[in-house]
Amino acid sequence: MQVFDRHKSYKIGDALFKGIAYFFALSVIVLMALIFIVLLKESWLSIKTFGFKFLYSTAWDPVSGDFGALPAIFGTIVSSLIAIIIALPISLGIAIFLTEMAPKWLKGPIGTAIELLASIPSIIYGMWGLFILAPLLSEYVEPYIIDYLGFIPIFRGAPMGIGMLPAAFILAIMIIPFISSVARDIFRMVPPILKESGYGVGATKWEVISKVVIPYTKSGIIGAVILGLGRALGETMAVTFLIGNSHDISIALLDPATSISATLANEFTEAVEDIYLSSLIELGLILFVITFIVLGLAKILINRFSYTGRR
Amino acid sequence: MDLHYIKRKAINLLALAASLLSAVFGIVFLFWILKDVLTLGMPAINASFFTELPTPAGVEGGGLANAILGTLMITVIATAIGVPAGIMAGTYLSEYGRKSRVASVVRFLADILVSAPSIVIGVFVYALLVKPFGGFSAIAGSVALSIIMLPVVIRTAEEMLKLVPDSTREAALALGAPHWMVTVKVVYRGAIRGITTGVMLAVARVSGETAPLLFTSFNNSFWNFKLTEPTATLTVTIFNYALGPYEEWHQMAWGAAFLITALVLFVTLISRVIVRGKA
Repeated sequence: MQVFDRHKSYKIGDALFKGIAYFFALSVIVLMALIFIVLLKESWLSIKTFGFKFLYSTAWDPVSGDFGALPAIFGTIVSSLIAIIIALPISLGIAIFLTEMAPKWLKGPIGTAIELLASIPSIIYGMWGLFILAPLLSEYVEPYIIDYLGFIPIFRGAPMGIGMLPAAFILAIMIIPFISSVARDIFRMVPPILKESGYGVGATKWEVISKVVIPYTKSGIIGAVILGLGRALGETMAVTFLIGNSHDISIALLDPATSISATLANEFTEAVEDIYLSSLIELGLILFVITFIVLGLAKILINRFSYTGRR
Repeated sequence: MDLHYIKRKAINLLALAASLLSAVFGIVFLFWILKDVLTLGMPAINASFFTELPTPAGVEGGGLANAILGTLMITVIATAIGVPAGIMAGTYLSEYGRKSRVASVVRFLADILVSAPSIVIGVFVYALLVKPFGGFSAIAGSVALSIIMLPVVIRTAEEMLKLVPDSTREAALALGAPHWMVTVKVVYRGAIRGITTGVMLAVARVSGETAPLLFTSFNNSFWNFKLTEPTATLTVTIFNYALGPYEEWHQMAWGAAFLITALVLFVTLISRVIVRGKA
């Protein structure tokens, strides 16, 4: 009888514990759905008022209540893409250094240092960028960019140290640790026998890396890059400090611009009118949808790679 | 033929040098940023920094005691919400769901949520907890941070629980222990080190977050002990002070930057040491 009771209480305990675990696992799905629903509901006024025009209108006039998202979307995407262009070669270099080149005693400390770079809060990057990097850029770098590369329209603008290019540069430094750590993990999954066959026929280290390792890990690297892109798109504080917050679209990368996250950070608490607030929330919704798609894609690519990699 | 060989060697050296330079690039920026935060932040750190309230603009002295307390308070509450929820969800993924469809959906969404823009989480919590309840509050800030923490804790908990070999579970089950007791007394015990590390990293990460706090806990120039009132935090203070026009504000902001960076790096390094001790 006593044994039977104990068995029963075990069953209740099991059901309870599993139930609680299941509840919190489901809460992630509910949370995700709730974010979409709440953002959609709050931006409904703006969606109804501006319709699709919101996506391609360049208006941003809080006084007359006319809003368009194009400058912010443009700034978000362009700054992130430039950041990727800067960060990709450097990240791959770091990953190659850590997997193929560094002596064992150096791998640990350098790997840790790169990871510490990822753990610095983004507001510190922003502040450092504004007070240290921006004056340096405006004094020593941007005038030369304009002098020597100014014949290309994108390398023009005001040498203030604040603008699209400085923001993208800080973003690049911030996403290098993410891309390089994913790339490092993927490089490690290349079967040694493939690399050894390369060395066996007399290939140099670089030939093995460029003709065996990189082709083998291609889809994983693309995944890592898209993951970095997802990070860069949503990054707020560093961009807010450096991008200059101008709702004008300029092809010159040294000019100030804005991004979705910077617009939100700067204007959200000042928005009193319903339509202003609703437009800002719609910007947030657009950002969320873009990053959701980009990160989902990255995840699928990285997963697919690690699956075939194990086979 | 010799020329071909020399060319290949040269390209090899060049590529390897470029890769070395990339590593140097990363490390240079790490130390450059740390050096500036240290040298500019240290002068602001003194006794009154930790004990006094901020002074009005232009007045010398004062401190950020309320912001330090606010950051502590909001982070502790966020941890109290996010960590148990995350560990339970991780337990489901590792002990029950495993390869089920629900588990893979949860994993996928958690991975997206890890990198989701934190400012959007701030907007979401604003719409959920600030607007309907009529004001910025510490609790809204805590909820926003706990949402950012949740997916990190879930994924680490799952990874760490998975490292416990199934034979250990089976041995305990064979003794007649119920599943939940096996999980709590055997599996958790085996994974406690890894989970603690993951939790520490997650706490460190959210304590440096700014974007989700801008429209949730907002800011406050005075002491606040109520969860329903706007509350100052170190990170939001940095944001406001750094963009402000006064030299004293910038000085304070560097002090706050130093404090938060030192805290985050310290926790990150400690948890790395713990992980290495295990391996």
